[in-house]
Amino acid sequence: MDKKILEIKNLKTYFFTDNGIVKAVDGVDIHVNEGETLGIVGESGSGKSVTSLSIMGLLNDTSGKVVDGKIEFQGRNLVDLKEEDMRKIRGNDIAMIFQEPMTSLNPVLRIGKQISEAIRLHLKYDKARAKEHTIEMLKLVGIPRAENIYSEFPFQLSGGMRQRVMIAMAMACNPKLLIADEPTTALDVTIQAQILDLMKKLKKDVGTAIMFVTHDLGVVAEMCDRVVVMYAGRVVERGDVYQIFENPKHPYTKGLLKSVPVLRQKVERLASIPGNVPSPKNMPKGCKFAPRCKNVFDKCWEEEPPFYNVEENHSSKCWLCE
Amino acid sequence: MAKPLLEVKNLKKYFPVKKGILNKKEKFVRAVDNVSFEIYNGETLGLVGESGCGKSTTGRMLLKLIEPTDGQIIFQGKDISKMTDDEIRPLRKDIQMIFQDPYASLNPRMTVGEIIAEPLIVHNMYKDSEEMKKRIHELLGMVGLSSYHSVRYPHEFSGGQRQRIGIARALAAKPKLIIADEPVSALDVSIQSQVLNLMQDLQRDLDLTYLFIAHDLSVVEHISDRVGVMYLGKIVEITDKDTLYDNPLHPYTQALLSAVPIPNPRIKKKRIILEGNIPSPLNPPRGCAFHTRCKHAKDICKKIAPEFKEVEDRHFTACHLY
Amino acid sequence: MSQRTVREVAKPNENEKMEDIRTPFSEFWRKFKKQKTAIVAALFICLFFITAIIGPYIVPYDVAEPDYDHILEGPSSKHWFGTDAYGRDIFSRVIVGARISLAVGLSSVLVGAILGSILGLISGYYGGWIDNVIMRIADVLFAFPGIILAIGIIAILGPGLYNVVFAVAIFSTPMFARIVRGSTLAIKETVYVEAAKSIGTKDKRIMFKHILPGTFSGIIVYFTMRIGTSILTASSLSFLGMGAQPPTPEWGAMLSSGRDYLGVASHITFFPGMAIFVTVLAFNLLGDGLRDALDPKIDN
Repeated sequence: MDKKILEIKNLKTYFFTDNGIVKAVDGVDIHVNEGETLGIVGESGSGKSVTSLSIMGLLNDTSGKVVDGKIEFQGRNLVDLKEEDMRKIRGNDIAMIFQEPMTSLNPVLRIGKQISEAIRLHLKYDKARAKEHTIEMLKLVGIPRAENIYSEFPFQLSGGMRQRVMIAMAMACNPKLLIADEPTTALDVTIQAQILDLMKKLKKDVGTAIMFVTHDLGVVAEMCDRVVVMYAGRVVERGDVYQIFENPKHPYTKGLLKSVPVLRQKVERLASIPGNVPSPKNMPKGCKFAPRCKNVFDKCWEEEPPFYNVEENHSSKCWLCE
Repeated sequence: MAKPLLEVKNLKKYFPVKKGILNKKEKFVRAVDNVSFEIYNGETLGLVGESGCGKSTTGRMLLKLIEPTDGQIIFQGKDISKMTDDEIRPLRKDIQMIFQDPYASLNPRMTVGEIIAEPLIVHNMYKDSEEMKKRIHELLGMVGLSSYHSVRYPHEFSGGQRQRIGIARALAAKPKLIIADEPVSALDVSIQSQVLNLMQDLQRDLDLTYLFIAHDLSVVEHISDRVGVMYLGKIVEITDKDTLYDNPLHPYTQALLSAVPIPNPRIKKKRIILEGNIPSPLNPPRGCAFHTRCKHAKDICKKIAPEFKEVEDRHFTACHLY
Repeated sequence: MSQRTVREVAKPNENEKMEDIRTPFSEFWRKFKKQKTAIVAALFICLFFITAIIGPYIVPYDVAEPDYDHILEGPSSKHWFGTDAYGRDIFSRVIVGARISLAVGLSSVLVGAILGSILGLISGYYGGWIDNVIMRIADVLFAFPGIILAIGIIAILGPGLYNVVFAVAIFSTPMFARIVRGSTLAIKETVYVEAAKSIGTKDKRIMFKHILPGTFSGIIVYFTMRIGTSILTASSLSFLGMGAQPPTPEWGAMLSSGRDYLGVASHITFFPGMAIFVTVLAFNLLGDGLRDALDPKIDN
């Protein structure tokens, strides 16, 4: 049995706005095993990013709040932790890389300083040792002239290099879990290839568990062991990467897979999922995908389906699987 | 051979950059450097490349949103590159543009009806306001929206719907050529396919010609008849779609294609990882612009820029290997 | 051209109802109604407007007719604000003065706003030497303290209310020009302006249809605050004897005429002074509230 490093149980994160409550994440169960890469796939509004922010406890600056559920990391429930305790975990045990590397690096601090401060804080290294470790990390993520880059500013680097710096910073304290939220979306294809390559290498060498949040199915197929598909604040299907890509059960997963053009797979016309993601104000009563589903029947409108196991470790939230 | 609808010859755009106050010597960013291609009636020419390769600048020059530094743009037999604003205005009806960001490209203070009416008003196409209204409703129907949407404001619509509004605006003046600058890259996966299908339907029904500018190779493959690949302001390879994707000649095209992640976990691609970053267009490398990252680079590549020539039947590339 | 294909795609959410149309105005109102101070200020300004319109018809006393039997009387039930050195009812004079102050404030700012907006629009849109000329003139006007500039203009044109309006308008213009130029520069670069150009829209239409409406929020905020300042400046000029001439019941002129009796009858200066103070404050508070409600960056 795989050992779970992170287990999210019935997570509900709501945003309280002037226009009412937005249920961004509404009853999500996800777990990450040690050493694996879990892909979280979903479109905008699916709640995938809010889920990762909830884990990191980074909702304080927003109107969002975890209203229910547990986030168990190594036996501790992160939801109950005080900000001070959370800060010790953040960057140390759980690290995160974001889509836009420029906004997550401090523009007025030298790169070396940003990384080594985290190292000194979490690993309690002295100044010299922290610097040594930082340069080692920069080399590990494939940054040439690491010693020079150490004393440069973020704006002096290209987008791909910045993302490498972010990864170096995230990996510096040997986190047990790395949350990567669309880490390659802002990058060019050839740079994306470099970064994916690097992340695979780090995973093999260091063995960190990765939670890979993305909308790009190609990246998921390439990087992940298991996949969780999210829609409208819920998980709709989960399974290993082969199950999801070769035997998808939920109509949303099926539609999503068919709607992307694939290189050298000549299709005259793409299948498409009609309609839009429901707005939080107009959530359908039963299954949230019902208005866009081509297999919809009466029960779907009435009641939200539970999870049904379709294979070992593969379940789908759809009445069709009953 | 039919006459091309649009012919671009040696198009150049050099943006001047002043270095400092004292340094009087002007430098130039060679955003587009000697680009030539044709677009034939009814086809879709895809233009791919990574950020900063000059593909958007090229598209904008065809509309004269950016004034070309040098070269010719021959549209329906007339060179429009040196025409004044007033001379070109009647021709603007025939070339329209779809923009990348469906949020920024619609004036937030105008209703959808007003936005779509703009080309009709500007080109004085309808004297009668009832008829114009009918036309607006017809256009909304063509892009899959309803007539009652015309009184609403853009911010009430989702990204995909906004892109439909942008398409309706581009269609309003019954253009012959539509320049689509990354029209789906800001959209969610399931919405992308809706918009791509819509564009294909419209092309068939209205006999449109597209210049489709994008960075996503799978999307470009799906929609295009011919594809040109740009790198650092130059077209490095151009040919029909199947030839390019099956038998790419230029090392950059090969690397680009190999970098695309495939949504199939069984396919373990052998990837050509390009080292380093795209050089700055302020100081492009001498000789072949790609030689700094090319594994086939020879001495000649560092000295002499390769000629853009027809290597196979209607398959053009600029590389010393051929 | 007909619709030959039936699109299988997206009819957008049909369940959206027409009622929840969100116009830019409803967005503004949603944010504005949370600004309690600004709403109070707005209500006061409404009252001020009503007073200005109907005031002269409802006042209990003639504002110009002297009554030598009741000079320098303090506030009483007959004369709520007391009487001045000629026995005229100060309450009536303050009420009637509202119309003058409002007319001067509003018209001078209006002239300044229209002039400034057009100049700012041209300056920002075309740039180059036009921009340089307009903005350097604005800089010169900025270099003078407003009141000195106004005194200078009146020294040339001679005293009188119309000249006050003109003087205040002149020194409101550069600020409007700057505000509009700033927004124009930003809006000029937006994709939707580029989109308009790609369609073939002419410069004039782009400037007035696409750019100008985008600068309105900045104009409205400054316009509101400026009315307060202009009323103050106009009153100051009248106080100095350069604007409204006695016996016109202008607040500044009233202050001026009450100056000599400050020791014996302070109410002569107190009430017009309060009127100026409260009015200017109300316009400023409303301006603050409008800014918060119109700024898209401020949204809770």
